Amino acid sequence: MCAKACVRGIRMSSAGIKAVWAVLTVVGVIILFWYAASVPMNIKGVLTEFERAGEEVDPPKAVDRRDMSEFELVIDNPYAIDETWEQDRPRLPAPHQVAEELWETTVEKKITSKRSLIYHAWVTLSATMLGFAIGTGLGILLAVGIVHSRVMDLSVMPWAIVSQTIPIIALAPMIIVVLYSIGIQGIIPKAIISAYLSFFPVVVGMVKGLRSPDAMQLDLLRTYNASQSQGFWKLRLPASMPYLFTSLKIGIAASLVGAIVGELPTGAVAGLGARLLAGSYYGQTVQIWSALFAAAILAACLVGLLGMLERTVLKRMGMAQ
Amino acid sequence: MIPVLGAFGVWLFGWWLNSRLASGPYSDTRMVRFLAPLIFGLTVIAIWELVVRGLDVPLVILPAPSVIAVRFADSVPILWADFVQTIIKGALSGYLIGCGSAFLMAIAVDRWDFLRLGLLPVGNFVAALPIVGTAPILVMWFGFDWHSKAAVVVVMVFFPMLVNTVAGLREATAMQRDLMETYAATYWQSFLKLRLPAAMPFVFNGLKISTTLALIGAIVAEFFGSPTLGMGFRISTSVGQLSLDMVWAEIVVAALAGTAFYGLVAMIEKGVTFWHPSQRG
Amino acid sequence: MKTESTTQPVIEARQLDLTFQTNDGPIHALKDVNLTVDKGDFVSFIGPSGCGKTTFLRCIAALETPTGGALTVNGMTADEARRNRAYGYVFQAAGLYPWRTIAKNIKLPLEIMGYSASEQEERVKKVLELVDLEGFGGKFPWQLSGGMQQRASIARALAFDADILLMDEPFGALDEIVRDHLNEQLLALWARTEKTIGFVTHSIPEAVYLSTKIVVMSPRPGRITDVIDSPLPRERPLDIRDTPEFIEVAHRVREGLRAGHTDE
Repeated sequence: MCAKACVRGIRMSSAGIKAVWAVLTVVGVIILFWYAASVPMNIKGVLTEFERAGEEVDPPKAVDRRDMSEFELVIDNPYAIDETWEQDRPRLPAPHQVAEELWETTVEKKITSKRSLIYHAWVTLSATMLGFAIGTGLGILLAVGIVHSRVMDLSVMPWAIVSQTIPIIALAPMIIVVLYSIGIQGIIPKAIISAYLSFFPVVVGMVKGLRSPDAMQLDLLRTYNASQSQGFWKLRLPASMPYLFTSLKIGIAASLVGAIVGELPTGAVAGLGARLLAGSYYGQTVQIWSALFAAAILAACLVGLLGMLERTVLKRMGMAQ
Repeated sequence: MIPVLGAFGVWLFGWWLNSRLASGPYSDTRMVRFLAPLIFGLTVIAIWELVVRGLDVPLVILPAPSVIAVRFADSVPILWADFVQTIIKGALSGYLIGCGSAFLMAIAVDRWDFLRLGLLPVGNFVAALPIVGTAPILVMWFGFDWHSKAAVVVVMVFFPMLVNTVAGLREATAMQRDLMETYAATYWQSFLKLRLPAAMPFVFNGLKISTTLALIGAIVAEFFGSPTLGMGFRISTSVGQLSLDMVWAEIVVAALAGTAFYGLVAMIEKGVTFWHPSQRG
Repeated sequence: MKTESTTQPVIEARQLDLTFQTNDGPIHALKDVNLTVDKGDFVSFIGPSGCGKTTFLRCIAALETPTGGALTVNGMTADEARRNRAYGYVFQAAGLYPWRTIAKNIKLPLEIMGYSASEQEERVKKVLELVDLEGFGGKFPWQLSGGMQQRASIARALAFDADILLMDEPFGALDEIVRDHLNEQLLALWARTEKTIGFVTHSIPEAVYLSTKIVVMSPRPGRITDVIDSPLPRERPLDIRDTPEFIEVAHRVREGLRAGHTDE
């Protein structure tokens, strides 16, 4: 038995290096594919620009080009390939264009500037965090109630489960507008959307976690004549931690989506969602892509941070391997 | 003021009724498990109705359930057209394409170890990202009609489905694989007879998660542009016109569609994975 | 293939070595293992955990590859024998597929090996009778007791024409009473089918009761310390376990196990 386990051990460590290579290869292939895709995606726009600038294009008329396949155009006009990666408003910006835009709008702009992506990310992040804190807090409270009260379990829990199957995000525009009409705007409406999006996953996960101790563990406490609150603090709560962190990670991702979507309907001027919307109004594709990547990086950081917290907490509690 | 007091009374009555059910002799029967949430839901609706009427809450803040119901009944043709546009055309076609291609990709990923090592961490990473954000780009590429909505749905469901299916295909135990080895079974024999059936609970988990994601994708993508049709379009324009009863009617449709879609997949799951401990209990 | 097998041993291991490379250095799972098994033998492998008895059985089944020495099964390499479907293997757990009925589980190897549908039916019926499970073909595994599940897995290993049966602690997880019953049935089955059986166990009475040949192994490195040819007759009622001959053999096995332990 030991032999087999040890063999697996060594395979893991050499596999570690292999895995890094594999991930880098996949990411490399994606970037290459992205560059390759930008050529046919942007070729028509580039040729139109060339035509306007009076250069020779094959075929020369835009009408003729419209129904031709992009690949044919690329083959007929190979000199235009370079330009497909340098356009101002490409249909698909090349990776380096997005990277440049990200660099310019984060490092080279002052944080207070309206054009700084860090400023916009902060606007979204603050709403996300506030909403996440509210949603998680209330979610845990409701879960405790459900586990301890049979009435709440019977009447509320089915609705919490059903809520997972419906796109409650559709409520977002209404919440923004209704709150606006009674004079509440800014961070609060977005936080409310973030809160209710993170609320339900936390309730469902936490109920599962608080119920995870098995009958034997519960019976043991009964033999000690432990009170309900002792049972909660010494058994149910610690046992629920792995479940809590799993649902927190789902919850924070949902909160971020909520905050971003919450910025759409009123035409907010600040936040990553506002950048997405403004970009799509004015055809600023590079701006859309950089806002999208900023949102992705933000989400990855938040989930990663929770993952780190999860590892430390579970390790302290002796639950992680 | 009387309706508000009435609301309070309804609350007490609902609570009392459910307490009786919960502590009564039938508290574990299917009947009570069905009745208790129903009573709770009806109580909430009744309180909502009474409070809105009693306090004269304006329509632009919160319409009463009865108003929403009337609006729903009056606008069935519109709601149906929106449903077809968003759910059938946008969400469902995207769901089928996205889940189908993710499933095929998962088979490839499972076949070649290198792909699994490389693609799975990327997939896990992408699955946690706010992918709805790709909506403006895809709307730009595929136009305002349902094709762009389907594209958003494809991107949204692809990675959760991929990650779940790959995990499922690795679910067969070492012993079960060894057994196939002792039969000198070929790769595809052991795939069809062992790994695919063993993966089904995971595949269905991915399919269930994806139902909700598909609806979210299809509705939110319409906020970035759509023809004058569709649930997302109707919600955003009705919000603009402050006709909140219409918004609520659309939300009711979304809720019904979401539950029905999920329920359908769960029902198929029950048939396919009847052998799994989670379905037997 | 079978023409000269009267003289040829079914399993033959010469100076077999198997070393696993691990982070804490190599682990010598098998060292200098020599063994000859003849047709119709019932061979038990016994020893403490880590002695390599399961590893050796897996080598015979070509589920592990030895790093040194020679191993032939039916005169071929172990892997060729596996490809020729020379043996049926019974694992510690029944490992039946929960999505297949008992009959469909027994059909699994038959489907893979391409038997016709009518022959599949016939064989399922026959082996279900052999293991006393008539009438349970339509049940799902999770509807049966542990002992019945293990019997079904034995039926699965018997369903195709392999003249070797390899069993890795097949009754380890069952209680004593069920185990006695299954041991008795296994002996009857062996007498009827004339198969060659390799059987891993860590129970001394089980090994002595079942085997014509008992291989005592010891750990670190995994090796054979004693091979005992049982003097007991092939016909064995359960109460043979109270005879002096039985106790004598059991005593020798115990001594062998103890000797393996002292030179650590």
